Amino acid sequence: MIQAQHLSKSFGNQLVFTDLNFQISDGEFVSLIGPNGSGKTTLIKIMMGLEKPTSGNLQMSHHTIGYVPQFRNIDNDYPLSIEQFIRLNNKFTLNPAKRKEQNQKIQTILKKTGLTNLKNRPLGLASGGEKQKAYLAQALLNDPKILILDESTASLDVEVKMQLMDLVAELNQKEHLTVIFITHDYDLTKKYTKRALLFENKSLKQVNVSDVSKNMFKMEG
Amino acid sequence: MLQYEFMRQAFIASTFIAITAGLVGVFVVSRNMSFLSHTLSEIGFAGASFGVLVGISPLAGMILFTIVSSIAVGGLSNESSRREASISAMSSLFIGLGILFLSLSSKSSSYATNILFGSIVGISSKEVQQLLALAIFVIIIFIIFYKPLAFDSFDHIGASASGLKTRLLSVIFLVTLALSVSIGAQIVGSLLVFVLLTLPGATAKYLAHSVPKMILVSVGLALSGVWLGLYLAFITNWPVTFFIATYEVIAYFIGLGYKNYKLNH
Ligand SMILES: Nc1ncnc2c1ncn2[C@@H]1O[C@H](COP(=O)(O)OP(=O)(O)OP(=O)(O)O)[C@@H](O)[C@H]1O
Ligand SMILES: [Mg+2]
Repeated sequence: MIQAQHLSKSFGNQLVFTDLNFQISDGEFVSLIGPNGSGKTTLIKIMMGLEKPTSGNLQMSHHTIGYVPQFRNIDNDYPLSIEQFIRLNNKFTLNPAKRKEQNQKIQTILKKTGLTNLKNRPLGLASGGEKQKAYLAQALLNDPKILILDESTASLDVEVKMQLMDLVAELNQKEHLTVIFITHDYDLTKKYTKRALLFENKSLKQVNVSDVSKNMFKMEG
Repeated sequence: MLQYEFMRQAFIASTFIAITAGLVGVFVVSRNMSFLSHTLSEIGFAGASFGVLVGISPLAGMILFTIVSSIAVGGLSNESSRREASISAMSSLFIGLGILFLSLSSKSSSYATNILFGSIVGISSKEVQQLLALAIFVIIIFIIFYKPLAFDSFDHIGASASGLKTRLLSVIFLVTLALSVSIGAQIVGSLLVFVLLTLPGATAKYLAHSVPKMILVSVGLALSGVWLGLYLAFITNWPVTFFIATYEVIAYFIGLGYKNYKLNH
């Protein structure tokens, strides 16, 4: 469970959001929506301990979070293969039994994400969708209890978007993974999530997905 | 040629220098710090001259200057454009300082040539021992921090997302980089130490697709370069740095060509 009480964040004297109160239960699939610059990524960073709240508090019952960040600097020259990139998130071990376990885990995740045939391709040469799958696979390597997707589908075509989201939905159902899906995509919000957390006027509103409307994704003001 | 004591010393020293430089170089390249390692070698030059001036050894002066400035750089903003600008401003200052220190000290100009361009003669066995100790220290640090350093160097965003202390890793890396610059400069000179610290790593990027394999390729190229360089320098009496630089540059372009060939076939 994730619970926020009176959570506020400012950078210097610029207020990002104030007095957030919300709750996300285990195994939920929620979307986090709101215009550019409304504080979605900042809130996630607070959840991950990468930023500190200015005031208020945030309680989390699980701390293993898989995060697929909004930006990644992988250029064409990036040398590691898809499999090696995913492996970066492995814990170090010299224990042969553990190493074997890690190897099997990677093969399972490669299979789940449909990357088995591409595992030796340099990540720099992979397509946008393949890259996103690799990021997702890397985030899943540590058996997270919470998965956070920060606009991970933004640059993908509709079909690949659906593939990726179907996969996440499956993990959500079968493995009871809590998913927080940050998006500007109206259709995906409607299709995959039941509840949305909406940033509006520096505050956060909990809305039923049936009440989500297209203009919630537009710029403020 | 190994019947000569000075050649034996030079061989041992450069073997360890090549191993550290090849290893560290993979991370220099993946962290986009080629430019910084260039600047650090210029700062190293100032440090060595300072060492000569105040009567501590050039190696000690180099380590002092490079470690202090690498920690200072680590504290600078993470914005790479601003970092580059600050670094290049610093680098000009340090070259000037190095020249000043040397002219203030009473050493002959051949001494300056040695610091700048390296030398294979005149490394005492005591100095070799110091180099070995430092090189082994760097290698041990890398073994201890291998996993998190590799994650942070090859996927900084993923590493911070997974909760690694990336600031600390960056400082640790910069200190080992400073040490590698200082030890590498003893053979190839401070002017060209960045050749050993960047080119083998950059070539490895074109030839290998996993971190351990990149390290193997990079160390292999650095080792073969210094060994061949020493040998050719011994028989021709030309500067060792010339041969090493030429070899690494050729290897780099072959690597690049191989990569482009594979892309198009
Ligand atoms: N480290 C920082 N220092 C200062 N201001 C920041 C920092 N990080 C974010 N901000 C500011 O906080 C606000 C919220 O940014 P955030 O990245 O959380 O928005 P977002 O909702 O994720 O937007 P987008 O939809 O564009 O990704 C923005 O005005 C941004 O400029
Ligand atoms: Mg964002």
